[in-house]
Amino acid sequence: MLGDLGTATLAAGLLGATLAALLWLRVALLAAPARPARAATTLTVLAAAAACAVLETALLRHDFSVRYVAENGGRHVSVPDTVTSLWSALDGSLLLWSLVLCGYAALLARRRHPPRLHAYAMAVVSVVATFFFALSALAANPFRDVHPVPIDGPGPNPLLQQHPAMAVHPPLLYAGYLGLVVPFALALAAPLAGDQGRGWLRLARPWTLAAWTALTAGIGLGAWWSYAVLGWGGYWVWDPVENASLLPWLTATAFLHTARVGGTRHARWNAVLACASFVLVLLGTFLTRSGAIASVHAFTESPLGPLLLGLVLLAVLAATLLAGRRDVAPAETPAPPLLSRATAVLVNGVLLVTIAATVLIGTVAPLLTEPLTGERVSVGPGYYHRTAVPLAVAVLLLAGVAPALRRAGDRAGVRRLLVPAAAALATVAAVGLSSRPGLPALTAFGAAAFTLTGLAAELGSAPRRRLRAVRLAAVLAHAGLALVAVGVAGSSAYGQVTERTVRVGETLRVADVSARLVSVDRSTTGGRMVVRARLAVTGDGTSRTVTPGLWYDPARDTAVTVPRIDTGPWRDTYLTLLAVAADGGSATVRLAVNPLVGVLWCGGALMAAGGLLAFGGSLRRRRRGPAPPARPATRVEVAA
Amino acid sequence: MIRRPARLALVAVLLAAGGLLVAGALRGTLTYYRTPGEVLADPGAARERVRVGGEVVPGSVRREGDLVVFRLAEAGHEILVRQRGVPPETFREGEGAVVEGSLAADGVFRADHLVVRHGNEYGPTEPPDAG
Repeated sequence: MLGDLGTATLAAGLLGATLAALLWLRVALLAAPARPARAATTLTVLAAAAACAVLETALLRHDFSVRYVAENGGRHVSVPDTVTSLWSALDGSLLLWSLVLCGYAALLARRRHPPRLHAYAMAVVSVVATFFFALSALAANPFRDVHPVPIDGPGPNPLLQQHPAMAVHPPLLYAGYLGLVVPFALALAAPLAGDQGRGWLRLARPWTLAAWTALTAGIGLGAWWSYAVLGWGGYWVWDPVENASLLPWLTATAFLHTARVGGTRHARWNAVLACASFVLVLLGTFLTRSGAIASVHAFTESPLGPLLLGLVLLAVLAATLLAGRRDVAPAETPAPPLLSRATAVLVNGVLLVTIAATVLIGTVAPLLTEPLTGERVSVGPGYYHRTAVPLAVAVLLLAGVAPALRRAGDRAGVRRLLVPAAAALATVAAVGLSSRPGLPALTAFGAAAFTLTGLAAELGSAPRRRLRAVRLAAVLAHAGLALVAVGVAGSSAYGQVTERTVRVGETLRVADVSARLVSVDRSTTGGRMVVRARLAVTGDGTSRTVTPGLWYDPARDTAVTVPRIDTGPWRDTYLTLLAVAADGGSATVRLAVNPLVGVLWCGGALMAAGGLLAFGGSLRRRRRGPAPPARPATRVEVAA
Repeated sequence: MIRRPARLALVAVLLAAGGLLVAGALRGTLTYYRTPGEVLADPGAARERVRVGGEVVPGSVRREGDLVVFRLAEAGHEILVRQRGVPPETFREGEGAVVEGSLAADGVFRADHLVVRHGNEYGPTEPPDAG
């Protein structure tokens, strides 16, 4: 019953999105009224919302005749976990994906941009929406019925049931990924819209900022989840799925910067960045959802692969044909001198794109080597440590240089860099003499000190009332980046770990922290076997009890470690229970001391806050700001 | 604005530098996948670090202090694995596993990293072995 209703909503969505694409194209080509096109877009978003609502209802009602519920629902699962299991597996998360995409389409449809540019951009977004509805309806329909109807389901993957970040991480990530469809659509629409296309960069900015902020927060929450749940004590392993989220973030960051500082000077470069960001989103979707690449958290084999690969190729082709065309109007502004903020930002953009390229190569290399050489390989973290990490340090350094070069050709700017440079050298000397963190960490500390000092000097020198939201946002985001660098460098350079089997009463030690195994307790709750090790942890002059656990979930025949983290001001004590002896007399415990991880989370939060502030600023400016570009030739006025 | 030929040269230099960077970084950081059959057929290639996937042979798992010793099988070929460190709780006889390490001179595979494969819809999965 619910299944049929769900399938009907998918059909309605597919129909609505197709109609919307055609109608918006008609608006663009024939300057037809936009009202029907807007209505089709509204129909599409309603269909997507209905599809999600139907699946959610089926999950909450435990309607196991619906395939997705039979595979991912369960009567023993708590209500919040049932709600979030909408996006805990492939087919359901694809519905959420379509809903977010259509949400962006509906928002963009309400804007009053220059009509032809707007209509072409809407047509592009609608085509993308059509594709994802087709994917849901034809290849990954979660509503297909199951015979015979099972009495209970296994519940979502236990790994996804134990952390609050899992509730918001996927929706945020999707909001970030799909927000990038708007700059992509505008970049494609601009060459088609002729004169009206000139202002697309300015129009794309708030969308990109919103997407960037959501993506930053989503990546940060994902790292936090993997740190708090997976039990090996790390937050980033250069896993293909993680890389897939980092790639569009890198190009979107470059786009935000060059579009603002370079302005219209590098029109084609900006168009390429806007297109690349969304193409990388699609490529990441292909990599994670097709089963093409095995990863820690990839969805397994699915029939979506060829379809998604087709969409990636289509997007690349469209981007090459449209955005690759020669500029209609070459840049008229005079070239900035070599020593200017524009140059620094441009170089940083090139560096960010280079990082993205190296990460992309590392991610797809295993895909390509097998058909080419017949060898199955995996690219280790060492590759990324040699390529992405030094480049990232260079990016951080330049991020410290650029704001100091306020005006073009400003020689005083170089002088302004002396204090940060001295601070950086002093930091490197002090850290290098007091400990041996290794060259990458040492340079990261130096670059962070450089950037942070520069930002502090900027905050100190600017009169309070003149510090606009945009500048403050940049300061926050750059400070966040520097803190992330400190957190990453510190936790990887000074982290210590030990892993041992201890009997009750014995003690593990690492650095100045010791953990004594007090007891091993077993219990059964809600059809799940739980083993907990009680450990008395001593360090920093205090003593407390920490109880990492191990769950065994018979429904899925999997065991999950539940690590416990004792968070201090400067370091985390991280305990994982890996195994217990059958008699309960001993346990295998992993004890890690991770310094400065808290700084990393703070940095991520600061970056997201900076993005949010800049987004707010760009909205406010648009509301009172400059009128839309001159000559609104044929104004298509429709009540939104 | 930099002149066009100069810009092309700059792009070429950047691309060359990027290529060198990638090629240099890939050296030594690639890990090859082998099946137990391939390891037995060409022991020399498994002397460097490789990943081997297969099924943990039922009845073959023994614990020797901090070591776990078991046989890994795939398509009728078996190798003896000596794993340092504690295998995850989900490590079980009859299930798939991927080990990372190298083949020692005595023909025993010394692994320091072990990943268990799950049959889950979604979750920590590792590459299914070749073949």
